[in-house]
Amino acid sequence: MPKDTSAPATGIGAATKRREDIRFLTGRGRYTDDINLRGQAHAHFLRSDVAHGRIRSIDTAAAEAMPGVIKVFTAADFASAGGLPCGWQVTDRFGQPMQEPKHPILADGKVRHVGDPIACVVAETLDQARDAADAIVVDIEDLPAVIDMKAALAEGAPKVHDELTSNLCYDWGFVEENKAAVEQAFRDAAHVVSLDLVNNRLVANPMEPRVAVGDYDFATDMHTLYTTSQNPHVIRLLMGAFVLGIPEHRLRVVAPDVGGGFGSKIYHYAEEAFCTAAAKALRRPVKWTSTRSEAFISDAHGRDHLTRIELALDADHMFTALRTETYANMGAYLSTFAPCIPTWLHGTLMAGNYRTPLIYVNVKAVFTNTVPVDAYRGAGRPEATFQIERLVDKAARELGADPVELRRKNFITEFPYQTPVAVVYDTGNYHATMDKLLEISDRAGFEARAMESQARGKLRGFGIAHYIEACGIAPSNLVGQLGARAGLYESATVRVNATGGIVVMTGSHSHGQGHETTFAQVVADMIGIDAGQVEIVHGDTANTPMGMGTYGSRSLAVGGSALVKAAGKVIAKAKKIAAHLLEAAEGDIELKDGTFSVAGTDRTVDWGAVCLAAYVPHNYPLADLEPGLEETAFYDPANFTFPSGAYACEVEVDPETGAVEILAFSAADDFGNIVNPMIVEGQVQGGLAQGIGQALMEHCVYDETGQLLTGSYMDYAMPRAEDLPLFRVDHSCITPCTHNPLGVKGCGEAGAIGSPPAVVNAVLDALNRGGHAVSHIDMPLSPARVWAAINA
Amino acid sequence: MQSFDFVRPSSVAEAVAALGAEDAQPLSGGQTLLPSMKQRLAAPAVLVSLSGIAEMQGLRREGDSLVIGGATTHATVARAARTDFPALAELAGNIGDPAVRNRGTIGGSLANNDPSACYPAAALATGATIVTDRRQIAADDFFQGLFTTALEEGEIVTAVRLPIPQRANYQKFIQPASRFALVGVFVASYAGGVRVAVTGASGDGVFRWTEAEAALSDRFAADAVTGLTVEAEGMIGDLHGTPAYRANLVRVLTGRAVAAAG
Repeated sequence: MPKDTSAPATGIGAATKRREDIRFLTGRGRYTDDINLRGQAHAHFLRSDVAHGRIRSIDTAAAEAMPGVIKVFTAADFASAGGLPCGWQVTDRFGQPMQEPKHPILADGKVRHVGDPIACVVAETLDQARDAADAIVVDIEDLPAVIDMKAALAEGAPKVHDELTSNLCYDWGFVEENKAAVEQAFRDAAHVVSLDLVNNRLVANPMEPRVAVGDYDFATDMHTLYTTSQNPHVIRLLMGAFVLGIPEHRLRVVAPDVGGGFGSKIYHYAEEAFCTAAAKALRRPVKWTSTRSEAFISDAHGRDHLTRIELALDADHMFTALRTETYANMGAYLSTFAPCIPTWLHGTLMAGNYRTPLIYVNVKAVFTNTVPVDAYRGAGRPEATFQIERLVDKAARELGADPVELRRKNFITEFPYQTPVAVVYDTGNYHATMDKLLEISDRAGFEARAMESQARGKLRGFGIAHYIEACGIAPSNLVGQLGARAGLYESATVRVNATGGIVVMTGSHSHGQGHETTFAQVVADMIGIDAGQVEIVHGDTANTPMGMGTYGSRSLAVGGSALVKAAGKVIAKAKKIAAHLLEAAEGDIELKDGTFSVAGTDRTVDWGAVCLAAYVPHNYPLADLEPGLEETAFYDPANFTFPSGAYACEVEVDPETGAVEILAFSAADDFGNIVNPMIVEGQVQGGLAQGIGQALMEHCVYDETGQLLTGSYMDYAMPRAEDLPLFRVDHSCITPCTHNPLGVKGCGEAGAIGSPPAVVNAVLDALNRGGHAVSHIDMPLSPARVWAAINA
Repeated sequence: MQSFDFVRPSSVAEAVAALGAEDAQPLSGGQTLLPSMKQRLAAPAVLVSLSGIAEMQGLRREGDSLVIGGATTHATVARAARTDFPALAELAGNIGDPAVRNRGTIGGSLANNDPSACYPAAALATGATIVTDRRQIAADDFFQGLFTTALEEGEIVTAVRLPIPQRANYQKFIQPASRFALVGVFVASYAGGVRVAVTGASGDGVFRWTEAEAALSDRFAADAVTGLTVEAEGMIGDLHGTPAYRANLVRVLTGRAVAAAG
């Protein structure tokens, strides 16, 4: 049964305000750039201004002689360091491992994208470092750049990495064994609908740019890295073991308050390794803070897929097969999780919400002379959802079917459901979310509204999308088989203090998600105390158990489950103590509202007294039970979780200018049980803003020589509040996850996954209703593109 | 940003003297100059701030014209021109964001002559006179292409005199990223005829659309320009719009400006 979310005070289901917002909104957050260590020096990277070139020479003599310069580093200083590692190895459709190039900390021999770091000046002040960087003389022989993915795979194309056989990272087929059956189904189909589309390249643009501060304590041989990371333990493991050769007990990684990540702060970046190594080399702290301009050419980008997708249907409009061919841009190097995004986070979602029995997904991952591409909010799932939901809409138009009814007809309705693309959906109810959507979006009233728009010379359109996503990554044994070079469990330590207050140390990391509020709600709810008695600690490898961090909407589903396990162990032990104090059998002890009682009696002892007894064990079963009340748990999920939802966008298009205005946007999501509805709504709204940004505005563009044309906010269009409508968000459709203790699924990425196809479908609906037979427009649907489509 | 000297004179004469220094540059709001300096694309040795010169501040009505001091901020114009010249007030109130409007100035904008800036359209459409420390320049002579004006080295825009139209409107279609004008059209109607100035569209900067001026002088109605065509040749083509798209916007926005001007 869904958990009752009516109105508890501070526990699970309470819409409490985020406790962390007090410090964020009053300017008291402590971000990495706020960390300034005694004796700190400043690093400035000299970055390539060409996309592809051979480094003939680097002359640092003039720079080294400049005021305040401590040292100028080049690749030669990192000869003994390892390269930046890739955390996922994809096996191609011929059974061969992907091509995996080296990724040096500083460019070694060649530069491979605009922004590739060539040298780094460390100086007393940042201005001195920048001045000196201008004095470094780099002689680069320009090489032809490969930017277009298909051109990069052409015979004789310039190679991004000379040591590889080509620019093809892998050619992946999924499920390869289904390929022949899929092709047969297409031959037998009554209707085939196809679509060529682009999933536009994006820049994550978190509000806080990346920062790294390296520190080294010569006395204790301890390294510390303060960094803007979503997963400090992962950075410690990757950087310590693979790059710098520092054992984990000599390396501490701290990610304090982090101002947004959206995926771009998952990865281990060169600047982190640089500052850590330079701090030891120079025996003083070294700090680097990215400028916004630098972020555009050094933060991993997102999306950038080129796809042809085809759907086969029978005479009754039932989907019989789906096949795709996608080119996925990897950029110049493999970022930490890049190979996994277009494969295991994309191909496995190609069933969508539909009973398509046969699916074949082909993905060619390609190296180009561009910034590395990796996960960005949704990561693979937005790409899958966009393809499916655009194609289903196109099918409805071509077949003269109602887009809602065509979807409903093909919805999966029985769970668990084994998809033909490996994953098993444990639960869901897609008709329920569709019903809710039609209600909150007032689809029934659309025709009247469309007439009203028409009277004003505007074209009104209504677009639908339904999504499925896989969150809570992931069962470690499964991802290990799929090529992950890490486990994907999560951890928590619940430390109860002598007077009853609780400190929870979690391996996941909050950079906007609100863990400090929601995790406290979960623990408080389990014990029956006020959430104010629970403090959440995260972000420091020195005081949190090894955990894999926050991404993929996994924190509550995986980290929260670890928390429940650890709190459960604490409660079990506390019950033993209570049984001793109450002179009763352990099995008779009940915990409710922070009070232990003996079932069926009025004998009680409160939470505080039990905690005190654990730490002042005068009257305590010392022979059988250790003193103290602190437990750690690791939780490895049994499956992904599968949130789903139905989204509707209502737009008005100005046919004279192509301008699109979003008049209404409605989202009916099924996230399973909800811990804090207010935070869920905030997460959905943020995701919608980014999804609408992708659909209408955001686009990262390179020219043919590899220069980034959208290297600042003058040309990269970020959505603003005024570009967005007031959202209608509903999450009352609840099918709890069947395999985690809270029944939760995850909500962080949904908005960014479900919204782009809804927006594009709405614009196309508006145009077609207005008599403009336009079958597709690639994102972003800028006014110029929409106008061009109308006037084609 | 590299080091520089900063002076803040209190009179035009002092400012002119200060600008005689080597590599000196006037600072009048700095909404373009300061970002350029932060990017190390500009590194003047001396910045001469014009914000402390009382005679360059504020608006005053002189007969049928509105005279605006060169160092008057957009926010001030948006507030103070509302009665005398509402179309101009509206234009000023939609430049950039509040931070830009409270630092950026009309003189700085005109002197910079960014091809996508709003004020050049207003100055050209009203046939304004640009007043400098040494002469008066007609708007038709002042704007000479992208980021190029008739100003000489060290010459300061001290004021702008704009004849107040009987009817006027500015239509701005924003470039989605920068929020500058992808195309902006200022239509101003006077007893002697109609002037139409277009910003954002042309590779040569702000220009007058004379065909529309003739048609509208003949009959001031939105549909008077419907049948006109704007040549795409010479229009800017970039990520945000092709020349053909910009040409279309010139026509559409002109019609809308006429309709809005009433």
